[in-house]
Formats: sequence, structure tokens, C-alpha cells
Amino acid sequence: MIAIEIRRVGFTYPGGVRALDSVDLSIGPGETLGIIGQNGSGKSTLVRHLNGLLRPTDGQILLDGTTVGRRHVAELAALVGLVFQDPDRQIFAGKVRTEVAFGPRNLGLRGAELDRRVTAALEAVGLAGTDEENPYDLGYSRRKLLAIASVLAMRTPIVVLDEPTTGQDLRGVARVRSIVAALTAEGRTVITVSHDMRFVAETFRRVVVMRAGRIVLDGTPADVFGEPSWDVLASTYLEPPLAARVGARLGLGSTPTEARLVEALAARA
Amino acid sequence: MTLRLSAVTYRYAGAQRDALTDVELELPAGSVLGVVGPNESGKSTLCLVASGLAPVVVGGQIRGSVTIDGRETVGMRPHELAQRCGILFQNAQAQLSGTASTVFEELAFGPRNLGLPLGTVIERVESSLETLGIAGLADRDPDRLSGGQAQLVALAAILALGPDILILDEPTSQLDPQGTRLVGEALRRLAHEKRTGILVVEHKTALLDELADRVIVIDQGRLIREGASVDVLADPALVELGVEPPPRVRVRSALAGAGFRTPGEVDALLAELAR
Repeated sequence: MIAIEIRRVGFTYPGGVRALDSVDLSIGPGETLGIIGQNGSGKSTLVRHLNGLLRPTDGQILLDGTTVGRRHVAELAALVGLVFQDPDRQIFAGKVRTEVAFGPRNLGLRGAELDRRVTAALEAVGLAGTDEENPYDLGYSRRKLLAIASVLAMRTPIVVLDEPTTGQDLRGVARVRSIVAALTAEGRTVITVSHDMRFVAETFRRVVVMRAGRIVLDGTPADVFGEPSWDVLASTYLEPPLAARVGARLGLGSTPTEARLVEALAARA
Repeated sequence: MTLRLSAVTYRYAGAQRDALTDVELELPAGSVLGVVGPNESGKSTLCLVASGLAPVVVGGQIRGSVTIDGRETVGMRPHELAQRCGILFQNAQAQLSGTASTVFEELAFGPRNLGLPLGTVIERVESSLETLGIAGLADRDPDRLSGGQAQLVALAAILALGPDILILDEPTSQLDPQGTRLVGEALRRLAHEKRTGILVVEHKTALLDELADRVIVIDQGRLIREGASVDVLADPALVELGVEPPPRVRVRSALAGAGFRTPGEVDALLAELAR
């Protein structure tokens, strides 16, 4: 299992946009983490550093003690699986099964083991039976799930999901939650960028808030969405979930999810 | 202008079954119609059909009629259709032209193709950027935008065409809460001030709760419910269909389920927090 150390990382895009500014973040092996923040606050830029897609302008990122830049691309691909926000930037094969097999095949897998992995990944995202379909005949929500399956099939110790719930209905969001739970149960590290406050509050034990390329909050959902953090959230134009605001108004402490709100009410009764 | 779908059934080329069955709907000028439904229920297909892109560009077979002010969209020339009806795809990145080197040029692409005078093009571009609060992106490379920024740029590019009818497929899916609010306000202004008719597919029912006059529910290609948004979005049957009710509705039922106060008190509390 792999620890991630992000040390004073800054990044400036060619053309001068400063996307990250001295980011420090330690993520333990097997930790699950949600990253929230405004559009353009640096969330996607930060996670694209984890598999070497972007290289920091300053500072460094260590995976298991070794700088990302010192690792070979193939080695990074086996360590960090990154699911893009836009599935259409990731999907290229003519068949669903070929798409999912591409990653593990490049890791050197063949035959029965490759088959098993592809089948398991398709089952995990609810796409079993679509093997022979053209990915572009699937709707957007299922293309998103296909992109996740392609990364799951790599069985990387670190999985990064960029906006996995966009375009998903309730069942799709529940599916993503169960995927995160299954990965966590296997001891893998899951890092997720999202704008969906409810999903983040209900899914992750740790939430990081970014603003203008910096980390401004880092804690449990109860910390980050609790009343003492509201000023900082407001400074980055985020709002706590309604359940948190109702809980605070009723003097119930921090209730970031509806389930916590109901529990807190029951405990007081 | 009023968009009307009458008994519309549509099937993609080569498909085994209909993607939409017997859909009736009317979008009068100045109204906002929300569309909800589970994944793969036909919402995006409805957008393609309502905008005239299916079958004209996408192919497939259509029965029934899609009309704008009584005129069939099927016979319209592409530029005529583009001026009347703008569509924002679910995948905004796929919508950008790929030919512009700045966001400003990207927004000018559509109005220039309509043959508008340069002064009008510039005016339209500037006002669209302003409307969505992205004037600061004007000089940026469209290929180097974040997902949310690209979505705002794609929407601004549609607004710059000045259509009478807007068809929006999840226009805020990649936006942060502030961007979502801005888009909601901009759409409300367009409906009220410019009398734009807006059909908007959204999983964020909180946005529809504030914006839509009416909401329709689509399941397996059929329109199964239609009504005032406040009624439809509070319908408990939505959850079984996989549609997330707005936070207001969810928290109200959570509080009621926990035996907390009377519904009237809960509503008063939520109204107080909404202010």
C-alpha cells in the first residue's frame, strides 16, 4: 500500500495561469478523500499530478517515498488509476470489453486472468452484458461508468475519480458510493473530486476544500461542513448541505448528512 | 415562439426499440420546463428531437411532429433552426468548435456563421460572457479550460446565437454551486426578459425547484408525469424512479420521519433558512 506525500507543490500552466500554490497534503495508504472547491480552484490540476500527467512547477510529490517524476510512466500507471471528468477523453475502443481490457492488457495480463478482471470491473459498475456494444451507443451516464470500469480493471492501489457522479441519477450515485466502499474495504486509496456536497458528505471520512490553488480546509465532513467552517466555505462560494444548516439552527451540532440529522434528533428526544 | 411535440415517437438508426414513445409537450415563450428521469430514460434523446437535430442530423426515424410556431422543424434549413433553437449538449467539451484559439473567438464562431455584422457579433459575445460571469475567460484557450469553465463557455456560445428556444441537457453538471446559481439566474432572466422558452434536463432538482414552472418525468422513453414543479418534485414516487428530490423535500421528509414537529413548523424552519 502506498502513501502519498504532496509537499509545497505549485503549478503554473503554460500561458501563466497559476493553478496550484504551495499545496501540502499527506494521504495515508487506504485513506478515502473527497476534494471540493470552486471551478478552477485547482482540484483537477492537483489530481492530475498524482499519475505524472502534470509535473509540478515547484515542490514535489512522493508516492511511497519516491518522487513521481523519478518513476517510469508504466510504473505510475500500475500505481495510480485516474478516471477523467470527461469520459469521452478516455474512451477510444470500438467495443466495451476491449475498452476495459486495454489497461490491464498493457500491464501485461493475458488469458483467463485478464478475462476475470474485465468481467469483474464491468459487473462492479453495472455494465455486465454490454461487452460487445460500442461505447458511444451507451448514454453519457453509462460512458462515465465505463470509464470507471476501465480503471478498476487495472487494480491500482490508488484510484482517483474526477467528478464521478455528474450525469448520474440516484442509482448511479449509489453505484459510485458502493464502488468507493468496495475499494476502501480492499485497503485501496480513493481520491475523489466532486461538486456534489451530499455525495461527498455521505461517502468520505475526510474532505479537503481548495480555493485558488490552496487547501483551506481539511477534516471530517462534520468539521468541514460544521458551523465554524461556514465562513471559509462561503469565501470559496460553497454552501454546507441543507441538513447541516438545519442541524445548526436546531442546536444539534454538526449534522453534515440527513442520516446524522435524524440521529441527532433521535438522541435529543 | 412555442415549441410543440405532438405524438412524437423516435427510434435511432439501427436500434431495436423506440427511444421515445408518444411524447406530447408544449414549451410556450418565456416558460421553463424541467425534465427529470432516471439514467437512459430518453432525456438526452428528447433534447435531440426537440431541437430538430434528430432526425435531421442524427438520423433515425420519427413519427408525430415537432413544430416551432406551427412550422415543422424537419423542413427548416440548419441556419434557420440554429437561430430559433439552441441546444447545449450534455458533454460541453464535445460542443466547442476546436477551431478557436480564444474563448472570445469561440463565442463569435456561431454569430459569424449566421452572417451577422461584426459589431453585432462583438456585442453578442460580450453580453453572453457578462451574463454568465465569465468575462475573465475571454482570452483563454478553449482547450485549456476546466470542465466547469468549458461548460459555461459552451452555454455562452449558444446564448450568443440569440435563440428563441433553449434546449439544455444538464447545463450545470460540472459547475460548482456558485456557477449553478449564476446559470439559474441567467436562465430566469432570459425567460422573463427575452421571453426565451427553456427546456432543461437536470439531475440537480434543487435548481429546477427554483427555476422551472413545470416539470415532466420521463421513464423508458415515455412521459409519465407532468405538473407544476412544486408538485412533481415533492412526489415520493420520484425516488423509486431514481430521481433525487430537492434538499428541501428530502430534509422535510427526514425531519417528519424522525417525528420532529409538525409539517407546518418544518416548512417555516426551511423557509427561514432559505432566506
